[in-house]
Amino acid sequence: MLIWLSLLFLALFSSVAFMLGRGRAVKTAGGVARVLHSLPGYYGTYAALWAGVPAALLLLLGAMFGGRVEDAMLQAQRPAVVRALAVDRQAVFFSDAQAIASGIAPSEIAYEGELKAALDIKVAEAQRVDALIRYSVLALAGVLALAGFLLAFPRLSADFRARNRVEGWVGGLLLTCSIAAVLTTVGILMSLVWESWRFFQTVSPISFLLGTEWNPQIAMRADQVAATGAFGAVPLFAGTFLIMLIAMAVAAPVGLYSAIYLSEYASRPVRATIKPLLEILAGVPTVVYGFFAALTVGPLFRAFFNGIGAAMAGGPFPGVADYLMQVQNQMALVAGVVMGIMLIPFVSSLSDDIINAVPQTLRDGSYAMGATKSETVKRVVLPAALPGIMAAMLLAVSRAVGETMIVTMAAGLQAKLTANPLDTVTTVTVQIVTLLTGDQEFDSAKTLSAFGLGLTLFVVTLGLNIIALRIVQKYREQYD
Amino acid sequence: MPPASPDDSVSAPKIKTAAPRSYAPAASSEIKIHAKDVNVFYGDKQALFDVNIDIPAKSVTAFIGPSGCGKSTFLRCINRMNDTIPTAKVSGVIEIDGQDVNLKSVDPVVLRSRVGMVFQKPNPFPKTIFENVAYGPRIHGLATGKAELEAIVESSLKKAGLWNEVADRLHQPGTGLSGGQQQRLVIARAIAVGPEVILMDEPCSALDPIATARIEELIDELRSQFCIVIVTHSMAQAARVSQKTAFFHLGKLVESGSTEDMFTNPRDTRTQDYITGRFG
Repeated sequence: MLIWLSLLFLALFSSVAFMLGRGRAVKTAGGVARVLHSLPGYYGTYAALWAGVPAALLLLLGAMFGGRVEDAMLQAQRPAVVRALAVDRQAVFFSDAQAIASGIAPSEIAYEGELKAALDIKVAEAQRVDALIRYSVLALAGVLALAGFLLAFPRLSADFRARNRVEGWVGGLLLTCSIAAVLTTVGILMSLVWESWRFFQTVSPISFLLGTEWNPQIAMRADQVAATGAFGAVPLFAGTFLIMLIAMAVAAPVGLYSAIYLSEYASRPVRATIKPLLEILAGVPTVVYGFFAALTVGPLFRAFFNGIGAAMAGGPFPGVADYLMQVQNQMALVAGVVMGIMLIPFVSSLSDDIINAVPQTLRDGSYAMGATKSETVKRVVLPAALPGIMAAMLLAVSRAVGETMIVTMAAGLQAKLTANPLDTVTTVTVQIVTLLTGDQEFDSAKTLSAFGLGLTLFVVTLGLNIIALRIVQKYREQYD
Repeated sequence: MPPASPDDSVSAPKIKTAAPRSYAPAASSEIKIHAKDVNVFYGDKQALFDVNIDIPAKSVTAFIGPSGCGKSTFLRCINRMNDTIPTAKVSGVIEIDGQDVNLKSVDPVVLRSRVGMVFQKPNPFPKTIFENVAYGPRIHGLATGKAELEAIVESSLKKAGLWNEVADRLHQPGTGLSGGQQQRLVIARAIAVGPEVILMDEPCSALDPIATARIEELIDELRSQFCIVIVTHSMAQAARVSQKTAFFHLGKLVESGSTEDMFTNPRDTRTQDYITGRFG
């Protein structure tokens, strides 16, 4: 509450600084704005920025880290009675002290005797520390705001380059935003690498990357059998690869052909209708595709294959007939086909853009040679667009590899090393989900293996994206 | 393919003196293209009004006029490139050797193999130099074997005066050539199909003066074999390369006649104003 009030007050102070700064600039120019180096608003903005931004940053920092500082100060001294407690009980003691100090209901643990006395002391200390931090931050922010204003205000004169300074501030803001994105990525990567490193201390990377058995179940109690799980990731990557192949077998031709139709053959009204419809397909959430796969496509395919099996019964291949009759709802084929459908708009929209980027002069040149439309498309437009189309396909592949929902719902959970599209398989992403959902302790090989899988998957998709970008860059200057 | 011998007369362009060039001899009397009452509409907007002109065979005819006057539009009627624009509508008669190109029975694909076209901006395909020239012969099935195809490519490049410069790098991308070389490459590409007419839509407007001079020499050389129609913004270029000139203004053909007459003794005041630089 206090922080919002103080931010509001700071905003008001900034506005005043803006007015004063602007007024002073105009005044030094003798009322003739044309004499000023920059527009009057820039002088005001300059003063307002110095008055507002440093203080606001301090207030935000105080709100973010004030609690931590308070904890540290409170826990610096632990009375002997508290130190005698177990570690987690000590934590409860301090959180109770802080809760009582700020008037929140503490835990239901009863404190008596010496412990009660220690608690009372800490409650008083917590109140003191809290007030100290709060008001010192406020006071410091006030000083900063005033100092910033007093620093900026005297500088404002007719030949002061206020616009350049303000643009510097804006540049700094833009830089901060882009650095924030980069730092987030680095942070995610670091945590991935760190946890994976912990995992690879218990399971060797070689047996992880080359092992063919995946069974991460670890005994809850030490006396249970099968106390060590198997962490061979090959079946998972094989499953991912199989489903990706099926998905691309659907998405690549359908997406590419629809892109060719849309960009080369479709009349304007047809294009104006079909393109938005395809883009709606891209907007369907993957979980919807997931239950479409599980509830519609799965049973359909199962009925289809069971029917074929029944028709083949008594024929020359009894084994095949029996197998087909036992096909289940969940299979790699269902997940792959539905994922392929999901990727169609992705492939077609990217390819459409790429084909449209092929200069019209090339088509004209081909037509002027007496080439037909199909010759022009096959021999000029597609070869010119090929690098871009390859890149689009690789991006689609990395999406297929990273897709989770459809596979979770339609492909099954059993890790099998198989190339049979009618079998149930599981993928890397599905395993990560099943390993990390629910209450988990992040210290067993079972949960840590998720990070190993995540890191490997990250490396694979990153590699694909880099290759895709390289291809695009290499051939971009080709036409022109 | 062996590199051309240095004494190859076709590929070695004659260096002309810097002295002002005399006007080429008068146009031959044989009519190649005959246009009568040609009107063109883009949607509701009329771009050409009742154009009537005869274009002689084996000579260069230049279309001049200010921007948007319809000269390129008329050029694109001759090989029916306006078909690729959905809203364009063409009426009237355009005959090549007495045959109307706009008849339903005329296949634009066949027509365009007889009427080649060179565009304003060099547009080589993103393929090798060889493949660029071999493109037309391949799609029209002109060569029965590899050797024949190579012969067509070589002779086309020689006619376009590019052979000596590219003989040792036929299998490098055509887009890697300079602008002037690219323009000669697409001329070679057009020649390879064996057309009778070559349409050039401001072929030098994207080139520097030296490359322009090279193309103009080439046009002059090609005149003995092809009927060439060139659209140009440069009146000096029209005067240098053409035997016949037609002046377009606001979608109408104002005046046409021998280049010499047009530039020395224009009949219409608009022509006179334009060639003396009073507008456009």
